[in-house]
Amino acid sequence: MVDKPSDLVQGTLDMLILKTLALQPMHGYGIAVRLEQMSQGVFRVNAGSLFVAFQRLQRAGLIKGEWKATENSRRAKYYALTEQGRKRLNSETRQWGRQVAAIARILEAS
Amino acid sequence: MSMLRNVTSGLRSLFRKKRVSKELDEELNGFLEMAAEEKVKEGLSPREALRAVHLERGNLEVTKEEVRKAGWESLVETVWQDLRYATRQLRANPPFTAAALFSLALGIGANTAIFQLIDAVRLRTLPVRNPQEIARVAIDHRGGRSGSFSSRYPDLTFAMWEQIREHQQGFSEVFAWGPNVFNIAPGGEVHNVQGLWVSGEFFETLGVQPALGRLLSPRDDQPGCGSPAVTISYSFWQREFGGERSVLDRTLTINRQPFRIVGVTPPNFTGVEVGRYFDLAAPLCSEPLVNGEYSQLKKRSDWWLSVMGRLNPGWSVERAAAQLRAISPALFEATLPPEFNPSNAKHFLQYKLAAVAADSGISDLRKDYEYPLWLLLGLAGLVLLIASANLANLMLARASTREREIGVRLALGAGHGRLVRQLLAESLLLALIGAALGAFLARNLGQLLVASLSTEQDPLFVDLGMDWRMLAFTTGLAVLTCILFGLAPALRATNVPPGVVLKESSRGTTAGRSRFGLRRVLVVSQIALSLTLLVGALLFVRSLNNLAGLDAGFRQNGILVVDIDFAPLNMPQDARIAFANNLLQRVRAVPGVEAAALATIVPLSGNGINHDILWGQTGEPEGDAPVALFNIVSPGYFDTLQTKILSGRDFNDHDTAGSPKAAIVDEAFAKQFAKGANPVGMTFRVRTLQTTRLYEIIGLARNSKYSDLREDFQPIVYTAKAQYEKPGTDAQILVRSRDGLIGITTAIRNTAVEVNPNMDIAFSSLRTTIEDGLLRDRLMARLSGFFAVLAVLLAVIGLYGVMSYMVAQRRNEIAIRMALGADPASIVKLVMQESGTLLLAGLAIGTVIALEGGRAARAMLFGLRPGDPLTLGTALLSLSFVALLASLLPAERASRHDPMIALRNE
Repeated sequence: MVDKPSDLVQGTLDMLILKTLALQPMHGYGIAVRLEQMSQGVFRVNAGSLFVAFQRLQRAGLIKGEWKATENSRRAKYYALTEQGRKRLNSETRQWGRQVAAIARILEAS
Repeated sequence: MSMLRNVTSGLRSLFRKKRVSKELDEELNGFLEMAAEEKVKEGLSPREALRAVHLERGNLEVTKEEVRKAGWESLVETVWQDLRYATRQLRANPPFTAAALFSLALGIGANTAIFQLIDAVRLRTLPVRNPQEIARVAIDHRGGRSGSFSSRYPDLTFAMWEQIREHQQGFSEVFAWGPNVFNIAPGGEVHNVQGLWVSGEFFETLGVQPALGRLLSPRDDQPGCGSPAVTISYSFWQREFGGERSVLDRTLTINRQPFRIVGVTPPNFTGVEVGRYFDLAAPLCSEPLVNGEYSQLKKRSDWWLSVMGRLNPGWSVERAAAQLRAISPALFEATLPPEFNPSNAKHFLQYKLAAVAADSGISDLRKDYEYPLWLLLGLAGLVLLIASANLANLMLARASTREREIGVRLALGAGHGRLVRQLLAESLLLALIGAALGAFLARNLGQLLVASLSTEQDPLFVDLGMDWRMLAFTTGLAVLTCILFGLAPALRATNVPPGVVLKESSRGTTAGRSRFGLRRVLVVSQIALSLTLLVGALLFVRSLNNLAGLDAGFRQNGILVVDIDFAPLNMPQDARIAFANNLLQRVRAVPGVEAAALATIVPLSGNGINHDILWGQTGEPEGDAPVALFNIVSPGYFDTLQTKILSGRDFNDHDTAGSPKAAIVDEAFAKQFAKGANPVGMTFRVRTLQTTRLYEIIGLARNSKYSDLREDFQPIVYTAKAQYEKPGTDAQILVRSRDGLIGITTAIRNTAVEVNPNMDIAFSSLRTTIEDGLLRDRLMARLSGFFAVLAVLLAVIGLYGVMSYMVAQRRNEIAIRMALGADPASIVKLVMQESGTLLLAGLAIGTVIALEGGRAARAMLFGLRPGDPLTLGTALLSLSFVALLASLLPAERASRHDPMIALRNE
């Protein structure tokens, strides 16, 4: 655990958003809260990066957005994973695993 | 897929901006409220909750900006904004915009027009299937060849072509061809069109498909030929037959021989020769029919064909060349002309065949025009540079008037980069519109250029279609000029601390030394470059004058060349001289004719004969014998062309076939062979391929130019027509007349018809023929002159602008001087000193550039050298004159200012 919420590793935000959406469609705020919860408060994402990432992922066809009512009967845009997004998540997860293992090996070797 | 989505989504944001922005607002507000609700649940008041969210998550307005900026469409949007802003700016100032566009269009247009020609003549590949596989077969020879040469590409003889076709291995197919002029009139006055002799493989090898009917094939090119077929070009079809499909049933005549029209070539195919076109393509086998006793097919010393082929798959040009080289000894052994003497034969048997790539076709225009065109492109480039400098100057002037505006915007937080972009957008817009106008102008200029190089005798056709090279060139020019004239002013304008500008009153800061300095540098370089162009233009103009005013040794004006071909009369050889003489007498009797004579060679027409000269009565020279040029003339030739006979006599009626052979030589001959002594009475021998004959010199004539005005006087031998053993079937008569050539043309035609209506007759003017030979010089003089006038105009406008600006900037200072008692003359002097300094600096630099750059033109100048002091002096004086005149106006205006008005303005 770190005292201050830390910045995300460059380029990992997209993967984390995809992971968050793997279970169920969510709205923006929900995603932000979920990211913080899952990381146990290590990551805090500001709205700017989050929404830019949404636009990017939508344009890449990895997620799609739909306006729906929330449980508090408010209108919100829910994002859901597309088939393509699911594939991307799988491949990125695998790659991430390989990279982390490799980095760990290097760090242990020294 | 995702690319497409990205584009459509971006387009949606662009075109449904309100809706997209509203959606984003809603989404972000939802986000904010949800986050705030969470905080309220934790016990904060709603207001505190909002503040906390802002702190934690960042400002939502900023977020919105970030999201909007992240897509590509935002860039499009700002560029669009910049362009609209630029358009408004340009429309607000019509005189500036018009001046800018005018100079850009001219500059870019001139460059593009010349590049277009270079592209068409030099860079483009042939419009045939896989042009990179096409190669040309020719003899790799240094030194001369012997025999008779005709056509523009006399690479090989017919016998060689047959051997090559038989024994080559590097090509899947080879063909032979040769350009020629075909007379298609059924009789009477000659109607010449551009023809090609082609072997049957020509169209097949190139992969050309017919537009109508069929093209010639090997079946059409069999020995004997039968009733020959001919293929016509698309343009000839349109021109002569109005594009009628029934043309396939028709026949036409070439030299009175009937040919069946079997097909039409496609519109884009104009042959393998760049810069020329053809009307008819006739099979090689029909050549004996057309040329009769002059047929070249069986003559082994007649060079008139060019051979090309398509390389076998996997064969390089080098490999094909090596194979041709290997078969050369046997090939030349088999094609040796039987009449060659041992020394000629020895040379001949050493020839080696070679192959060179011909993917861009072949062209004799390249040799003549490629270098001049590159040089002209350089000159046009200088004009564009000057125009850019002028524009930069104007932009700087505009920037200084907009200084306050820019200062205010900078102070309000406008981004530096964005402002530069905005100013550059203006330049880019100008450059692009200028380039578009220029490209339009270039099309017309290009056509005009080609038309000015085309003559009746030697018509040109250059395909000036747009291709990627042209497009890239013009766009490149536009961007380059934009950077040249736009970047420095834009950077400069935005590089002012806003505080300074805002504090300054109406005066602006551009008066500062360093900022004004750039404008001076621009004017100095404009003057320097325009001096260079002016010197170049004067050199070419004077060179042309030297050529046109040159004493060629004979009269050029008022000489009509009448060419009568009496081959249709089938006259036996021994009757021909008498017949030609009879024709000459009849022409001499035509009213208005002052003098007339027969001549085999018309001077400066490009035709020529040369033979070896063996001096004295006996003895063989060591090594190669010296050669002299020959002309076979009737009595009265020297009188007709007004070439003085300095010693001895003209030919007369006593010089006949039976009398000793007589010759008249020119001064150059006397100098070379008689070592300057009077050669009359001396003897020499003429060695031709077949015989060696003894001649006695009976006269010495003044020097004359023979084939080219630029050449030094060459040794020339004139022999008597009456003593010529192999008279041909034509009579070429030179006619001098005091009346206009047109009236006498009709009279001579009538006379010829009276003698026999079945002869072919053609007329030309000697003066026109000679002027056609100066085409390149005239082109250089005209175009460089045009560029120079443009350049000087631009430079003078630039100088005027800067001086006016300086006067305006220093109004207060001038007013104070005058208020303190300076008289108007001293004010004029003040301003003139300033402009004089700029002028001197420009002229000094320009002189250096002109002297250095002039070397590029050395080879094209006649009768003067690049550093010619008179030319340089004239250029310096005339440029100084107009430049000083241009600065006198603002100077004088400054001296007439009422000092009180200027001072009160403060």
